[in-house]
Amino acid sequence: MNQDHIKEKLSEKFGADALQFETCPGQMSILVPSEKILDICRYLRDDPELKFDFLTFVGGVDYYPAKPRFELVYQIYSVSNIQRLRLKSRVDETDAGPACIQSVSKVWMTADWHERETAEMFGVVFRGHPDPRKLLLPDEWRVHPLRKDFPLLGTEEDTPDLPS
Amino acid sequence: MARELSQRADIRSEIMEINLGPHHPSTHGVFRAIVELDGEIVLSCTPYLGYLHRGYEKTCENKKYHQVIPLTERCDYMGASSNSLAYCLTVEKMLEVEIPERAQVIRVIMAELSRIFSHLFWLGTHGHDIGAMTPLFYMLREREEIMNLFELTAGGRLMPNYIRIGGVAKDLEEGFIDRLRAFTNHFDTRVDEYETLLTKNIIYMDRTKGIGLLPLEKAISLGVSGPMIRASGKAWDIRKSEPYCGYERYDFDVPVEYGCDVYSRYLVRVAEMRQSNRILKQAIHQLPEGPFIAMAPGKIFPPQQDIYTKMESLIHHFMLVVEGVRLPVGDCYQSIESPRGELGCYIVSDGGTNPYRLKWRAPAFVNLQALPEMSKGCFFADLIAILSSIDIVLAEVDR
Repeated sequence: MNQDHIKEKLSEKFGADALQFETCPGQMSILVPSEKILDICRYLRDDPELKFDFLTFVGGVDYYPAKPRFELVYQIYSVSNIQRLRLKSRVDETDAGPACIQSVSKVWMTADWHERETAEMFGVVFRGHPDPRKLLLPDEWRVHPLRKDFPLLGTEEDTPDLPS
Repeated sequence: MARELSQRADIRSEIMEINLGPHHPSTHGVFRAIVELDGEIVLSCTPYLGYLHRGYEKTCENKKYHQVIPLTERCDYMGASSNSLAYCLTVEKMLEVEIPERAQVIRVIMAELSRIFSHLFWLGTHGHDIGAMTPLFYMLREREEIMNLFELTAGGRLMPNYIRIGGVAKDLEEGFIDRLRAFTNHFDTRVDEYETLLTKNIIYMDRTKGIGLLPLEKAISLGVSGPMIRASGKAWDIRKSEPYCGYERYDFDVPVEYGCDVYSRYLVRVAEMRQSNRILKQAIHQLPEGPFIAMAPGKIFPPQQDIYTKMESLIHHFMLVVEGVRLPVGDCYQSIESPRGELGCYIVSDGGTNPYRLKWRAPAFVNLQALPEMSKGCFFADLIAILSSIDIVLAEVDR
């Protein structure tokens, strides 16, 4: 199982136009459309050849002020094939509401806490998450600390220690 | 049996909700769980985290690459050297620098010592949680020896802060290898001694066998790694599957148990201490002469001695302190086998001197997520044993 083979299988299933392959030294990463994330993840886990059964982490990156603003990173691993793969997906806030993407916690149970953490840190909504509470931050906080426009030191007005 | 005990028709019972923690000795930090009990039986357990959240990832985004190293060790202070190793490996991968042989072996020594260090303290406190007071005193004795070794060469006892981007901070102190050899020579007999306390202890076995079951399939889906997954029957160790620091040159076994319970986790960790000792013995044997840090001007700090004597080294050192090192644009993920499992570091670089984004894949955070799954339907007292068997470090869970 090498990288080209994974590439081939994915392009065949989802169409080569939809996926953008990036090459990093010794690692493979694919930019996928955000609306397809759940399908792709399910396919990667269930395909008997690929068998990406282990989700290492879900994280987010804020590219403020670029558009689209957020990039979600899914680092996955196949325990039996010893193969790593990184999926990335870009989402953005709209006037209608916050950035959102489908939750993959149905595919890998471990995504639960990772998504809760990413949601509170970046203000991204994971649709279909079984338990969308805050994880590390106090419940009353309305701010998202890992966003790039969040002040590191803060002023008296925008230090969110107390609920307003 | 547990269920029958709690469901007797002639006893009126209602579900009770109790609060475990945040300041409970068994949580080894500040961890809180709301536990729903039916009599003594746990119906559900909902963890609440974040009491130790310090904004580690945000802080890292605002530090230069070299300044992040001490922060990493404050995540998992029990296996401190593993943390800085994971971070430095990621940065080195992006910088594409070659690490000298001697530095590789010294890193393996530090990583394995911190593994033994962490497992020792786990074993002691685990016994303590279950009601065996004696083991802790045995473990602290050997742990002290390791702390003395750390202190000798690195200065720090709990957090050595010894590993640097490109190698290690300085060469091993004179006498370190002799004392390490003495330690490795007697450590195996010490492990035998620990085993006399618990391995065949009938009370301990009753408390831990068949408790906290986590079948392999669940374990994989929950992202559990390290000794926990090896106790569920999967011989997955990153040192073997994706070797780093030259682990492929060492001869060691990956201990596996198939019980999926607390007792299996105990057996795996004890066996791992023996294997780590085996690696240490080989590392002493393999340790080559040579530089302890890579020579890559402008990327890696020159050795202290050169800064005093060579003009170029002084300039490079000055520039690195004032400006910092710039990583190429891109991202990188590197993971290692820490005492608790897969410890990973994901760095996104925008070409600047700070990480644009640093994501810390903390094994304790992920493993803790299995707690509600494992504790369903067991006695409340067993919940403490199960929590302890995960080997959490709250500083790493909350970051």
